[in-house]
Amino acid sequence: MPGILDGDLLVIDKALDPKEGDIAVCFIDGEFTVKRIARTNGELCLMPANERFKPIRITEANDFTIWGIVTYVIHKAR
Amino acid sequence: MFALVDCNNFYVSCERVFNPALIGKPVVVLSNNDGCFIARSDEAKALGLPMGGPAFKFRDILEKNRVRVFSANFPLYGDMSSRVMATIGDLAPEIEIYSIDEAFIDLGSFSRFGLEHHAARIRATVRKHTGIPVSIGIGSTKTLAKAANRMAKKNPGYEGVCMISTQKEIIDALATLKVDDIWGIGRQWNRLLETRNIRTALDYSRAPASWIRKNLHIPGIRIQEELNGHSCLRLEQVRPPKQSICTSRSFGRTVTALDELQQAVATFAGKCSRKLRKEGSVASMLTVFICTSPFEEPHRKYRGTRTLAMPRPSQDTISVIRAAELALASIYREGFEYKKAGVIVSGLAPAQSFGRELTLFDTEAAAGNDRQKSLMEAMERINRRYGPAAVRIAAENEDAWKPNQAMKSAHYTTGWSDIITLGG
Repeated sequence: MPGILDGDLLVIDKALDPKEGDIAVCFIDGEFTVKRIARTNGELCLMPANERFKPIRITEANDFTIWGIVTYVIHKAR
Repeated sequence: MFALVDCNNFYVSCERVFNPALIGKPVVVLSNNDGCFIARSDEAKALGLPMGGPAFKFRDILEKNRVRVFSANFPLYGDMSSRVMATIGDLAPEIEIYSIDEAFIDLGSFSRFGLEHHAARIRATVRKHTGIPVSIGIGSTKTLAKAANRMAKKNPGYEGVCMISTQKEIIDALATLKVDDIWGIGRQWNRLLETRNIRTALDYSRAPASWIRKNLHIPGIRIQEELNGHSCLRLEQVRPPKQSICTSRSFGRTVTALDELQQAVATFAGKCSRKLRKEGSVASMLTVFICTSPFEEPHRKYRGTRTLAMPRPSQDTISVIRAAELALASIYREGFEYKKAGVIVSGLAPAQSFGRELTLFDTEAAAGNDRQKSLMEAMERINRRYGPAAVRIAAENEDAWKPNQAMKSAHYTTGWSDIITLGG
């Protein structure tokens, strides 16, 4: 994920509604992952890190959840 | 109108927030020392695992159905409770934290037709902000709100919010509510009521008041009045059930300084621990709340709530006061005029299984209850003056008793080393 490095600390706000450009913590296939939210054809999608994979559409019926929105990224300097 | 907001299968729901893979699967949480079921997911209930059932007796069912079993993680539950209560407090003018997972709110200022809508909003907000699902019951008395909450839980059709307000709704609700499910009616009363063929809440509401007065006295009358829609119990007036003990008071004047609040909270904590000893219980969790008057201007209004896990289950005054002081320090804000404070101890368990404290506080207490009491009070006074650990019981040895908690989840919200790690 651009802007987030291994070992960074993320501050997450569960109260926020997801919108275009947000970075979200998602629970997919039994694991927490970080995804960027984009809008394609008017729908919110999760952009996978690997560009060869298709974006995942966000709908009520999906078996993943957006757990919270990342509001700050804290990077360890030493 | 009153509403009761109650977290669904609270401990299980806390586990699910940080481990969503548990959603839809049978999950149970065990008491201290991994003994009995203290929380069950709906799926686990459907398997016939009873509340309070000893885990070893149900081993076959647990294994065959791959039930996920957790040791109690009170630091997590306490912290999540604080978050849930703070969220409810933001949306309700006046709130009574009734237990770790229940709160009464007074919806008096909302118009009758907006009530269900507002309750649905509280439910959705708590769910979104904390991840915890709640059910809300609304009625003109606390007892009816409690009954409505039960219906909201039992019947998915209500989508988590049930209001009983018309005469017909009240009668229908009471007819389906068994007497021993009425708030405040215990097993002994239930047996007595059975002999009179009083089986439902509707029967109870219509029973002759003279008989109730004679046999169940004022508390029994109060319940009948409440079932009939006459509110007798204001917010914060009732003694909580045995799962928790609450001591709280409104101050006669406004209090602003931390040391004054400390004194009040220490006094309440001391009272709680005395009640614990009287009931032969130890507490696993402790909640402190402080608040300004609900009628203050918004920017002068503040409510702080903090629930902590006790270092180990305890009934000892010093430990309880020490936990209360920690909790208070974390919620105190300067510049507010405080009107009320309180201490709640919860996660109660019988003291028998908790070792050495007993020899000091229970068996000896029989010999010299007064001496015991004055010892505890002297200790409280010394410690209030010279700091929380100035004198303490030598038997208070953190390592003496380590609970067996083999299947405990992480301290996701209270320990930096335990925060969730993300994949790519």
